[in-house]
Amino acid sequence: MRKSLKLSALVLALSLIAAACGGDGDGGGGGGGEEEADATLTFGTSADPVVLDGALVSDGESLRAIDQIFEGLVTLDPGTTEVVPGLAESWEISDDGMSYTFTLREGVTFHDGTDFNAEAVCFNFDRWYNFTGTFQNPSASYYWQTVFGGFSDGKTPSLYESCEAPDETTATLNLTKPSASILGALALTNFTIASPTALEEYDADEGRVDEEGIFSPTGTYATEHPTGTGPFMFESWTRGEALTMVRNEDYWGEFEGNIGTLIFRPIAEGSARLQALQAGDIQGYDLVDPQDYETIDGDDQLQLLNRPAFNVGYVGMNQAVKPLDDIEVRKAIAHAVDRQEIVDGFYAGQGVVAHEFMPPEVVGYSEEVTQYEYDPDLATQILEDAGYTVPVEIDFAYPTDVSRPYMPDPQANFEAIVSDLEECCFKVDKKSATWSPDYLDNVDNGRYGLYLLGWTGDFGDPDNFVGTFFQTEQPAWGFNNQEIFDALDAAEVETDPDTREQLYVEANNLIMDFLPGLPYVHTEPGLAFTANVTGYRPSPVSLEPFSIVTVE
Amino acid sequence: MLKFIVRRLIFTIPILFGLSILVFLFVRALPGGPAIALLGERATQESVEQIEEELGLDQPLPVQYMRYLTNVLSGDLGSSVSTRRPVVDELKQRFPATFELALMAMLFAVAAGIPLGYIAAKRYQGILDNVSLVGSLLGISFPVFFLALLLKYVFAVKLGWLPTVGRIDVTRSLEHPTGFYLLDAIIAGDGAAFVDVLQHLILPAIALGTIPLAIVARITRAAVLDVLGEDYVRTARAKGLDPGVVDRRHVLRNAMLPVVTVIGLQTGLLLTGAVLTETVFAYPGLGSWILNAIRFRDYAVIQGGILFFAGMFIFVNLLVDVSYAFLNPRIRYR
Repeated sequence: MRKSLKLSALVLALSLIAAACGGDGDGGGGGGGEEEADATLTFGTSADPVVLDGALVSDGESLRAIDQIFEGLVTLDPGTTEVVPGLAESWEISDDGMSYTFTLREGVTFHDGTDFNAEAVCFNFDRWYNFTGTFQNPSASYYWQTVFGGFSDGKTPSLYESCEAPDETTATLNLTKPSASILGALALTNFTIASPTALEEYDADEGRVDEEGIFSPTGTYATEHPTGTGPFMFESWTRGEALTMVRNEDYWGEFEGNIGTLIFRPIAEGSARLQALQAGDIQGYDLVDPQDYETIDGDDQLQLLNRPAFNVGYVGMNQAVKPLDDIEVRKAIAHAVDRQEIVDGFYAGQGVVAHEFMPPEVVGYSEEVTQYEYDPDLATQILEDAGYTVPVEIDFAYPTDVSRPYMPDPQANFEAIVSDLEECCFKVDKKSATWSPDYLDNVDNGRYGLYLLGWTGDFGDPDNFVGTFFQTEQPAWGFNNQEIFDALDAAEVETDPDTREQLYVEANNLIMDFLPGLPYVHTEPGLAFTANVTGYRPSPVSLEPFSIVTVE
Repeated sequence: MLKFIVRRLIFTIPILFGLSILVFLFVRALPGGPAIALLGERATQESVEQIEEELGLDQPLPVQYMRYLTNVLSGDLGSSVSTRRPVVDELKQRFPATFELALMAMLFAVAAGIPLGYIAAKRYQGILDNVSLVGSLLGISFPVFFLALLLKYVFAVKLGWLPTVGRIDVTRSLEHPTGFYLLDAIIAGDGAAFVDVLQHLILPAIALGTIPLAIVARITRAAVLDVLGEDYVRTARAKGLDPGVVDRRHVLRNAMLPVVTVIGLQTGLLLTGAVLTETVFAYPGLGSWILNAIRFRDYAVIQGGILFFAGMFIFVNLLVDVSYAFLNPRIRYR
């Protein structure tokens, strides 16, 4: 037995030595030499994509990968929400705002060699319009439904009418009513153009609906053969491990960076992503935990980037619950809350105070909205002048079991706001419920007075923010203000970009005078990279191409 | 013996059946459902209802259950709501990962634990014995995830000797005919890949295997002490047998019975998902899979996963019981 003990000890020692000699951690380093176009970059994501078919997904990780492989008619200037040409060089909008004619680039091919042309464009749009069955499930074609509404079966009205391809380089989209927000929407990853050959050959529309009603694709298009026109091509995908893409050598556009192999590696925990970065197993990752910002900033081997704000956290006010229908009470609430303190305290330095229901990056942001300074004395004064006895009673709810980008710790925000309100001139009836389904349900059905909530934009259009909240009467807000509804209706359909912007600026002014709620924060999520990665442009809508990134 | 095995296997059926009903009901009693989890703030009453209709969640429970049962019996465990893949496919991919990890962890626990326990027993109340007692207490009480984080921090981040996450270096390409990466590397004749996979297994295996190590050591020590006091050991020594032979043939073999039980149970536990370790090391096994399913209320995965775990656990226990008969000829099953 002594022998076998010595043997085990020896084996243990040997394997540890082998490990040490094995070199530091994973390879996959930035290597590949300076400026050669074959650097490898491994990027840590938070999860696997679901599938790589833009029409069927709405989760961030699927969209991130699809963004590298596919392109749409238009896209956004990296880092902004400005619409710029993509696969379409230019476009014309008809006078009635119901037809968009795109002039397409020539000489572009899909990764499988199929020609890109107007026919391919219309093939894609018609494919989406003709979705049936489970493809119409909101968790699948969410963005089509948000932007266009219904499908060819006519069950719900659709904004889409048809697509025409009079010649190879001209594609016309015909709508059923005028819309001006459509261009921003077309920049969405969900409307990127795929190779018709691949869609058909690999059965993109084939699926099995099991007894539970869950659709699973039986074709291999979305998991093995996603075929677009983008700067990267799909190579392989092992779930839970790595999604590998390689540079498209025949890309029509300029490939400013030097990445030859791009690998997305799913690592669920933020702390595990950080450690992988520190050890050199990955060269960058998204969704940095706020508590890690300091560590990354303080490490000169690493760099922290911020994504411009594209969300808003707010205190919602349901005017169906008295006394919230009184503008004086709403103003008093706005003056009673120290928003700066909340932002400083609970957002690890990555939040900015919000003054309206849209972040500054979005067109239509108004620099002239009424500001409500933190002034509890003024708040008390307002209430007393309006005839109320202080403290005024209100109820206020927050969600449990959840963390949102605009509200990482709802309870912390809640306690701080309650404390501000009670120190001033209110008596708060505190409520809470689990985020899903109860809290959301209660909010949507107008069961709370004040409540904590927020919103992350889907696409860079003001309609996606203030239009979503305030264009119609909703139980969550409990008011009927025709002036605001009309202003937003007019702004939504205005096709001239400058006029449109002006209309939204005015609408925002109106809204903040009416004060249907108190926006308090926009957050700027963090990304981390090793110091030798340059050129990455964080985008408010997370549309971030790796083709412009250089690894030194 | 054969009758025994068959009888045990038959008993497994009602156990699994009962379990499937329990899990089915439990999972549907959880607040929220896949619909809300999928849609988040964008959930409107309408869209939630639509999804629930798609998923058949508006049917009465017994109807849902019967549909589920019929499918399971024909090998269809449903599809995952979050990845849209058949549960069976996900199982096939995740199981080899957990199996490899559990195997390495148990190898570590056994290779270190048995000798440790044995020596502690032989040098009863000596320094090593006391140290090993304290050590094993520490091992059992040290939180696994903390140990995992510590190991990762020291050996992977600070020293850079070992990788931080995953099963393999992702810039390496290796075919995966079996899904067991060590085996795949051997089949491909790729020595560097084999070492790479091994390196990825070391830290998680140590973290995971620490508790089994402590337990195996303690049980071995207790069992050996027990046997050392037996008459037949004294007789064997008195006969003049070489001490090594006495140890091997008489002491160790008889002490192994309780140790084997413990090893079997521990392996069963490890196989049913090392959630914390897998999370810390981003290791794509069953544990992280089930954790994610619970977060997203992925009913099919939770049900399928639990049934699979139960089946595996039962099977491992059966193996342990059967191995008794080989270890101890006195035991006969009727």
